[in-house]
Amino acid sequence: MGSHGTNDSLESSVKIPTIKFTKLFINGEFVDSISGKTFETIDPRTGEVIARIAEGDKEDVDLAVKAARHAFDDGPWPRLPGSERAKRMMKFADLIDQNVEELAALDTLDAGKLFSMGKAVEIPSSADTLRYYAGAADKIHGDVLKMSRDFHAYTLHEPIGVVGHIIPWNFPTTMFFLKVSPALAAGCTMIVKPAEQTPLSALYYAHLAKLAGIPDGVLNVVTGFGPTAGAAICSHMDIDAVSFTGSTEVGRIVMKAAAESNLKVVSLELGGKSPLIIFDDADVDMAAQLALIGILYNKGEICMASSRVYVQEGIYDKLVKKLVEMAKAWVVGDPFDPKVQQGPQADKEQFEKILTYIEHGKREGATLLTGGKPLTLGGKGYYVEPTIFAEVKDDMLIAKDEIFGPVLALAKFKTIDEAIKRANSTRYGLAAGIVTKDLNVANTVSRSLRAGTIWINCYFAFCQDCPFGGYKMSGFGRDSGLEALHKYLQVKSVVTPLYNSPWL
Amino acid sequence: MASHSNDSLESFVKIPTIKFTKLFINGEFVDSISGKTFETIDPRTGEVIARIAEGDKEDVDLAVKAARHAFDDGPWPRLSGAERAKRMMKFADLIEQNVEELAALDTIDAGKLFSMGKKVDIPHAASVIRYYAGAADKIHGEVLKMSNAFHGYTLREPIGVVGHIIPWNFPTTLFFLKVAPALAAGCTMIAKPAEQTPLSALYYAHLAKLAGIPDGVLNIITGFGPTAGAAISSHMDIDAVSFTGSTEVGRVVMKAAATSNLKVVSLELGGKSPLIIFDDADVDMAAQLALIGILHNKGEICVASSRLYVQEGIYDKLVAKLVEKAKAWVVGDPFDPKVQHGPQVDKQQFEKILSYIEHGKKEGATLLTGGKPLGEKGYYIEPTIFAEVKEDMLIAKDEIFGPVLALAKFKTIDEAIRRANSTRYGLAAGIVTKDLNVANTVSRSIRAGTIWINCYFAFDNDCPIGGYKMSGFGRDFGLEALHKYLQVKSVVTPLYNSPWL
Repeated sequence: MGSHGTNDSLESSVKIPTIKFTKLFINGEFVDSISGKTFETIDPRTGEVIARIAEGDKEDVDLAVKAARHAFDDGPWPRLPGSERAKRMMKFADLIDQNVEELAALDTLDAGKLFSMGKAVEIPSSADTLRYYAGAADKIHGDVLKMSRDFHAYTLHEPIGVVGHIIPWNFPTTMFFLKVSPALAAGCTMIVKPAEQTPLSALYYAHLAKLAGIPDGVLNVVTGFGPTAGAAICSHMDIDAVSFTGSTEVGRIVMKAAAESNLKVVSLELGGKSPLIIFDDADVDMAAQLALIGILYNKGEICMASSRVYVQEGIYDKLVKKLVEMAKAWVVGDPFDPKVQQGPQADKEQFEKILTYIEHGKREGATLLTGGKPLTLGGKGYYVEPTIFAEVKDDMLIAKDEIFGPVLALAKFKTIDEAIKRANSTRYGLAAGIVTKDLNVANTVSRSLRAGTIWINCYFAFCQDCPFGGYKMSGFGRDSGLEALHKYLQVKSVVTPLYNSPWL
Repeated sequence: MASHSNDSLESFVKIPTIKFTKLFINGEFVDSISGKTFETIDPRTGEVIARIAEGDKEDVDLAVKAARHAFDDGPWPRLSGAERAKRMMKFADLIEQNVEELAALDTIDAGKLFSMGKKVDIPHAASVIRYYAGAADKIHGEVLKMSNAFHGYTLREPIGVVGHIIPWNFPTTLFFLKVAPALAAGCTMIAKPAEQTPLSALYYAHLAKLAGIPDGVLNIITGFGPTAGAAISSHMDIDAVSFTGSTEVGRVVMKAAATSNLKVVSLELGGKSPLIIFDDADVDMAAQLALIGILHNKGEICVASSRLYVQEGIYDKLVAKLVEKAKAWVVGDPFDPKVQHGPQVDKQQFEKILSYIEHGKKEGATLLTGGKPLGEKGYYIEPTIFAEVKEDMLIAKDEIFGPVLALAKFKTIDEAIRRANSTRYGLAAGIVTKDLNVANTVSRSIRAGTIWINCYFAFDNDCPIGGYKMSGFGRDFGLEALHKYLQVKSVVTPLYNSPWL
């Protein structure tokens, strides 16, 4: 059983911030929703209400799109040189660094994320994402083409226009900037809809964007729910592109709505059931650590989690023993406590869904090695113990469905071909991990796994220049890296006749 | 009125026997599982040319199984790019060796000009294959600049099994614009030609096999959109679909992809492209561009310049010249080398165009020339020009896909830009001016995927074309086209003791 976190009073070590921004951000102003409605955002440590936030719907999205359309068609933002957009993005990054504690606390309150991770890693890394794309803004160039007749021709990589970003609740800050930064660099204007579970930091970022000199209308934030505000974005006739990160089932809805409305460009980053394959020659401690973090990082609420682990038979017993030992020592508790390694799941719905899958796992006949039960702090909260099932068959629900929680499905394998086949037997294809010292095994397996990111002897090794995204039903389009810019650009060819050219 | 050619042509051209009428799956020509066949019609006469196998969902399933096996276990993606290129080059050679027969097939199927097919369309398709063959061994990823001690790189992998849904207006060109980059990338595929124009596609399947393209790599299912096409768009084991056709069917394709397995979609859809002629244009050159812009391939081309905006200073001279040229334009049997445009592709298109012409008259536009069908047999329509067209008229908004031009006068450059952009489409546009600054400003301001300055239809293998807005997304031609058939995989490993980062 995961070790239950401390009950120390934390209020003295961490300032729970006052919630300063609770309204929609449209055209540079914080405004109430047209309907006046608000919704609650809940603290998953306790199930209690943190604040009431403006609830945007179709009419609010319409206003935001009008502002963004005006900002794009007539405003300064796309007309600034890339280096000028970069300057403001750099300022934005600096403001984020200056407010890191408050921002990290907002994500901890909203999503149950570890405060220490937010402060040391996630928020600073998002500022770096802004800086990365700021650095690219003045390097977005087309090509001069090699025509086979007397024509001069070139391509322009133009900003696509008004973009809708639909952001999930698991990494509210990271996802916000992975989408917003390349779109800003490209010269687009946008409407961001954060998840209803996690609106707080997005609204703060809107405030900082204005301070940084991002002009009114360029970045709009409409908080609200998927079926209302999210749907309004996907089916808006005047949004040119939508980028969505979330579940595969909602991804379908987004793409259908885009098809039925104005055929806007769609990019989807969806679910995963990523395999981690550990070969006999792996170092047991290193491999066990990777497998542990692979499923417990961010309480398993990460699309690229290695939720299926395949261990070669020669190393199986040693590795599983080590893994279970590590899982039992894992500290679950209040995410503000620096000693805690895992906070609560993001909300009640997720919490219940995970527990249901755990019940399935037991019924389907998998062997429960550790965990399997919910935890509460002071009788409250959505905590789940690190849970490991062994002897999982590929047709079990817990091997097929994305659980999105701290629940691992473990299985033994004999040969490299078996590992590849089983790893690929999923409709998903987001990531995969390979642990081996053998060069040829690494090369063969990395080429054979149908997934968008392959980590060899590491996991979650993210980097600004390294694109990630889905194969198969994990989606299409890439985040991170220069690849991400393509979602926010379109290619225009310009052709003129040539006369008397000395060469072709 | 356009002049009509009635010479007997049977002596000019050998009308070919139809050799291939069955589905092509896993290297064999086979009947459809249902045994059903459908008619393909000659638009010069409305008569049946041949009966073709009618594929449906079960046939698509077989084709996908073959393509999946060819991709997952077969040689094609495992060959080096250079080896794929060799077979593609052979394919191109075989096309050139059969150019007359192939051109004749597209003429009787789609009413396209035989002389154009022989000199331009078919040889161009061979050059498209060669272009992508030359790219096949140059599809590389990148080594990344990591900010921690990791070695990271991207691989551009073939996406897998691709479905190509091909329209009837350029049956050969569009077949190869899709098939060639997909072959170069190492993908396997199912092509579904339009039901109006199945003949040349089946011949190409035969030539592909002769060229050494392995069984299962290129499969052809002839049939209809709502059956065979829909089966492709919603197939759970097709990784990507590329569709060229109307905007309304594009929606259906994208929805089916979303509802099935979220396959990658690329769409090249309709257009209502503007050609803008400024006062400083040369009248003859501009009138010629405007004429060809709407009459090339009898107006059945997505990038047709079907809206013409002429600056007031040059308006009267240009319009007089344009109408004179339109009246001299020769419409008739597409096998006759003197003819400049043949029949519309089928009865449905023919009737649709005539109905738009009636709308134009009813909406109050001024008919300058044309407006009537020609002859008693077949689907021939006169070059038709309407003037004083307002943007809210149907003939200014809808894609007519026939030889019908909507003309209007403008005063200022800003007005021209605004009116040119007032459409949900965004495929192409043309600008005629000698002024460098006008050319630069207008080309940046028009929201369309291709801008032709002092030229039109200046296609080139290295030059990507495709839509903005509701004209679609994804590019054909150029290296850009490869992206539709590739996906990016990142591979990351820790580094130890690296002397630099």
